[in-house]
Amino acid sequence: MKKYLSFFRVRFSTGLQYRMAAVTALTTQFFWGLLECIIFKVLMESNSVAMPMSYSAVVSYVWLKEAFFALFNTWAADNEIFGMIVDGGIAYEFCRPVSVYTMWFSRSVGSRMAEAALRCGPVLLGALLVPAPYKISPPSSLFAFFMFLLTMILAMGVTVSFCMIVYMLCFFTISPVGWRVLLTGAVELLSGAVIPLPFIPQPYRQVIELLPFASMQNIPLRAYSGDLTGDHLLPAVLLQVFWFVVMTTIGVLLCKRAERRIVIQGG
Amino acid sequence: MKRIYSSAHLYGRYISVILRSTMQYKFSFFLMVTGRFILAFNGFLGILFLFSGFSTIREYTYGDILLCFSVIQMSFAFAECIGSGLKALSGMIRRGEFDRILLRPRSPILQVLGTKFELGRLGPMITSVLTLIIGILKSQAEWNFGKALVLAAMIAGGTVLFLALFILGASFCFFSIEDGGILNILTYGAKEHGKYPVDIYGKRFLQVCTYIIPYAMIQYYPLQYLLGKTEHWQYGLYPLASIVFLAVCYLIWLLGLKNYKSCGN
Repeated sequence: MKKYLSFFRVRFSTGLQYRMAAVTALTTQFFWGLLECIIFKVLMESNSVAMPMSYSAVVSYVWLKEAFFALFNTWAADNEIFGMIVDGGIAYEFCRPVSVYTMWFSRSVGSRMAEAALRCGPVLLGALLVPAPYKISPPSSLFAFFMFLLTMILAMGVTVSFCMIVYMLCFFTISPVGWRVLLTGAVELLSGAVIPLPFIPQPYRQVIELLPFASMQNIPLRAYSGDLTGDHLLPAVLLQVFWFVVMTTIGVLLCKRAERRIVIQGG
Repeated sequence: MKRIYSSAHLYGRYISVILRSTMQYKFSFFLMVTGRFILAFNGFLGILFLFSGFSTIREYTYGDILLCFSVIQMSFAFAECIGSGLKALSGMIRRGEFDRILLRPRSPILQVLGTKFELGRLGPMITSVLTLIIGILKSQAEWNFGKALVLAAMIAGGTVLFLALFILGASFCFFSIEDGGILNILTYGAKEHGKYPVDIYGKRFLQVCTYIIPYAMIQYYPLQYLLGKTEHWQYGLYPLASIVFLAVCYLIWLLGLKNYKSCGN
């Protein structure tokens, strides 16, 4: 356990080094969030039809999505790992007396958390300082806040274990870029990164909410504002646990297969 | 004239080499195109789903928004396909590869452009063509020959505008070794949020997009003309402004080139 913790620590502290990159990313995220809030406001004003979410819930959703973007995005996966798979550096990874799966898993968690730790503060501060309709509101209750934290950890677990499957699939093709773009492309909409899932009309919504992708950012971001609460929250948490277990199992199995038939591409 | 011809010939050679090497990884290329297509298609589905609950957004219909969406997507896809070499410039400078380019008796910008030609970037084109067709059929515009020309000018102008922004971003690399990531707000941001006509974001925003970075010139103003929301036929000519912007960005590039100090080996 201790060695995996140190893989986590190494990635965490390298992640903190890139401060300049963080500043640019912050500006991007802030404007992104603001423009998104404006669009939803205009949408609500132009139409009197009932919204599937209250406006303040949408605003919290958008800001939290931007603030914790690093935890949940699937396309910004660990480039070093892809690099190693292509240039043969992977051979060293297999020489180490540790499990490749667990090592990469803790690395990914480490770099994601470092990035999120750097970014969430300033973005949330910005979200608190913008004028009234676009300002983020506090969590709907103390319970909602705790559920937000709990589901966020689970959601990150599901996201990372999904990315692990993508890494493992890269062992089975020569150039990893294709797999990566294809799989992560599919996730965007289904996880609620494009629009919050409640805006998707039935019957599509029902199906999408059962998929593993809905167990990613969709749950914590809606638990915070109380949009997802009571009877709907418990099954959602159980579904998260279920998908986490399933995806980790698939990842570990794929890893074992890859280890057996691996071909090193030079190096 | 002869110089232009030989530059075009050289660029053609660059592209043919790159294409042949891409085709060595056919399966990966196929996955990439499909993936990029899906990514862009998500944006379309987002609009489709949002408009299943709403009918208009500030007097723009679903068709109008799709028209706007497809113009931006298409011009961005063209620009990224041609200009990805510019995005990789900061890495080239850091590794010292740019010095090699300067030694050759050809235009540096042509050589930088020639390092990459990402055909896979055309994946979103499938989505844009699809949405363009729906947009043309469903928008409020009453089509005639002039309007068709304006639509083509919007797409061409958009490509020029995004290319100009890539050049601007690359020029920043001459002044600081840090990645010019700040420009991503202007390019990716425009691609992402430019699917709605810019006046939706408010008057101040429209002013910024008219006078500072002329997005509105290829998007908002000509769109007003297409949709018949304005009396000014001149709005149809506004996409030409992107050429002026390109000239300004090219001047900044030349200025940066003069300022360039090698930093690698």
